[in-house]
Amino acid sequence: MEFLDSFWASSFWSTYSTLVFSIGVNALLALSIYLTLSCGLLSLANAAFMGIGAYSAALLTMNLDAPFYVALAGGTVAPVLVALIIGLPTLRLSGVYLAMATLGFGEVVRVVVLNLDITGGPMGLNGIPQKTEGWHIAMLLLLTLYILARLRRSKIGRAFEAIKEDEVAAQLMGVHITSYKLLAFTLGAAIAGLAGALNAHFTFFLSPREYGFENAVDILTMAVLGGTSNLIGPVIGSFILTLLPELLRFLGGFRLAVNGTILVLVVLFLPKGIWDPQRMCRLFSRKRAA
Amino acid sequence: MFEQQLLNALSLGSVYALFALGFTLIFGVLGVINLSHGAVFMLGSYIALTLVTRFELSLGVATVLAMAGAGLAGLLIDFLVLRPLRARNAPHLMPMIATIGITIILTNVVQGISGAEILRFPQGIVPEESFDFSLPWQGADSEPLHVTALQLLIVLISFALMGLLLATMRRTQLGRALRAIAESPKAAYLLGINVEGLFLLTSFVAAALGGVAGVLIGLSFNAITPFMGQSVLHKGIAVIILGGMGDIRGAMIGGLFLGLAEVMSVAYLSSDFRDAVSFGLLFLILLIRPAGLFGSVLERKA
Repeated sequence: MEFLDSFWASSFWSTYSTLVFSIGVNALLALSIYLTLSCGLLSLANAAFMGIGAYSAALLTMNLDAPFYVALAGGTVAPVLVALIIGLPTLRLSGVYLAMATLGFGEVVRVVVLNLDITGGPMGLNGIPQKTEGWHIAMLLLLTLYILARLRRSKIGRAFEAIKEDEVAAQLMGVHITSYKLLAFTLGAAIAGLAGALNAHFTFFLSPREYGFENAVDILTMAVLGGTSNLIGPVIGSFILTLLPELLRFLGGFRLAVNGTILVLVVLFLPKGIWDPQRMCRLFSRKRAA
Repeated sequence: MFEQQLLNALSLGSVYALFALGFTLIFGVLGVINLSHGAVFMLGSYIALTLVTRFELSLGVATVLAMAGAGLAGLLIDFLVLRPLRARNAPHLMPMIATIGITIILTNVVQGISGAEILRFPQGIVPEESFDFSLPWQGADSEPLHVTALQLLIVLISFALMGLLLATMRRTQLGRALRAIAESPKAAYLLGINVEGLFLLTSFVAAALGGVAGVLIGLSFNAITPFMGQSVLHKGIAVIILGGMGDIRGAMIGGLFLGLAEVMSVAYLSSDFRDAVSFGLLFLILLIRPAGLFGSVLERKA
C-alpha cells in the first residue's frame, strides 16, 4: 500500500493523470463504436451521444447538485432516450447513407448545443466539479469490457454477427433485424454517454466544439486502427492514438501529419487493424511449419 | 430585398455546386466517399494564393494552375491510396478513413508551411468593380440590386464548368464510358473500357473542380485558412445527399438549393442557425427520401 500511496503522490501521476484518464475515456468511446460496427452499422453519431451525455451529467451536477452516481446515470440514460427516438427512422438506412445521416444528426446536435442558453452556448460550461477519479474510469471500463464480452458470446452477440455478415440471411433465420439494430445503436449511445459524463467531470470544462465531426472521426479511427474484430482492438487503438500525439511532441508542428500518415498506412497495410488474432494465428502456424 | 438575397444565394450556391460536383463524380464513378475533397479544395486556394503573392502571376493564370495542382493532388491520392483499396475490394469504411488520414496530412503540412492564421489575397487582385441595376418590375423608389464583378465571375465560371462536365457526361464517348463504369466497373472492363485509366482521370477532374471551388471561395470571402476545407466538406456531404449520391445534375441543383437555404435562413431567421439549416435539411431528407431529392429509387447493390 505504501508503494501505491507514493505512486499517487508522485510527479509522474500528477503529470500524466490526465493522459491516463483520456485513454480510459477514449477506450470507452472506441468500444461504443465497436458495438455498432459489430452489428454492421456504420454510425458516426457517437461523438454527439458523448456530448449529450457530457452535458446532461454536467447540468445534473451543476444545477441540481446531484450526486456523482446520479449524474453518471443521467449521462448514460439521456443519449439512450435520444437514440431510441432517432434510431427507428435512421436505422432503415444502410452503409454510407447511415454514416451520412448520423453525421448530419451530430452536426444538428452540435448546433443546438451551440445555441441553447442552458448549455452555455459557444462559451460552453465552465467550472464542473472534478469528481471523476482514476478508479471510476478503470472500473467502468472493465465493467463495459466484461458486459461486451458476455454479450459477444450470447444470443444477442450471435444475432449481431449474423446481421453484420448478411442481413437478408439473418432475417430468414428469424432474427428480428430492427430490434437488434436498435439495441446495438442504443447500447453504443449508452457507452458513449457514460464516457462523456466521466469526461465532463474531470476536464472541468465543456464546449460544443469537442463533439463535432472531427471527434466522431477520431473515435472511428481509434476503433479501426486497433481492429474491430474483437474487444481488445478498440482499447489498443485508443491507447495508441491517445499517446501518439504526446510521443510525437518532438516533431513540433508536423506531428499531426505523422498521425495522418500512420492512419493511411494502417488502412493500406493492416486492414483488420493492429490487433488481429487471425493474422497472429497465421503468423505462428507459419513459424511452426518452418 | 428578396431579389438581392436570391442573387447572393446564386453566387454562394454555385460554388457549393461546383465543390459537390467533384465529390459526387467520385462517388458516382469510383463508388467511394472521398473525404479528402475538402483538403484538395483548401490546397487549390493556397496554390492560387502562393502563385499570386510569391510569383506575381495574374489571377487567371494562377486559377488555372491551382486547378491543375489540385487535380494532380487528387490523381496522387487515387494512385497511392484509393487504387490499392480498390484492388483489395475493401469495404466502404476503409477509403473513408484513409482519406480522412490524407485530410489530416494535407491540413497539417499546409499549416506547417504557411501558419494557421487567416491569409488574404493582396489588394488589387480581387476584382472590385460592382454594378447596380433595377429589375423592370421594381418601383423606382426601391433599392437597386447590387452585384459585384466577383459574384458574376463566380457564377459564370461555375456554370461554364458545370455545363462542360454535364455535356461531356451526356454527349461524348468518354461520358458514356464513365456512365458504364458507374453502372458496373466489371462489365465496363469486359467491354474493353480502360477502367483504371478512367478512374485516374475522374479523380483528376474531380479534384480540379474542387481546387477551382477553393479559389473562388477564397476570393469571395477573402479568407484562406488550412481548415477551410472542413466546413465546405460538410456542406458537400449535405449537397450530394440532397441531390442523390453520384447524381451530377442533382449535385448542381442541391448546391444551389443549399446556397438558397443558407442565405434565406441568415436573412430571415438568424445567422446562428445557418449550419443547422443545412444539416437539419440533410437529416430530414435522409429520413424521408434516402436516395436524395432527385435520386432515382433504384440503388446500386453492393
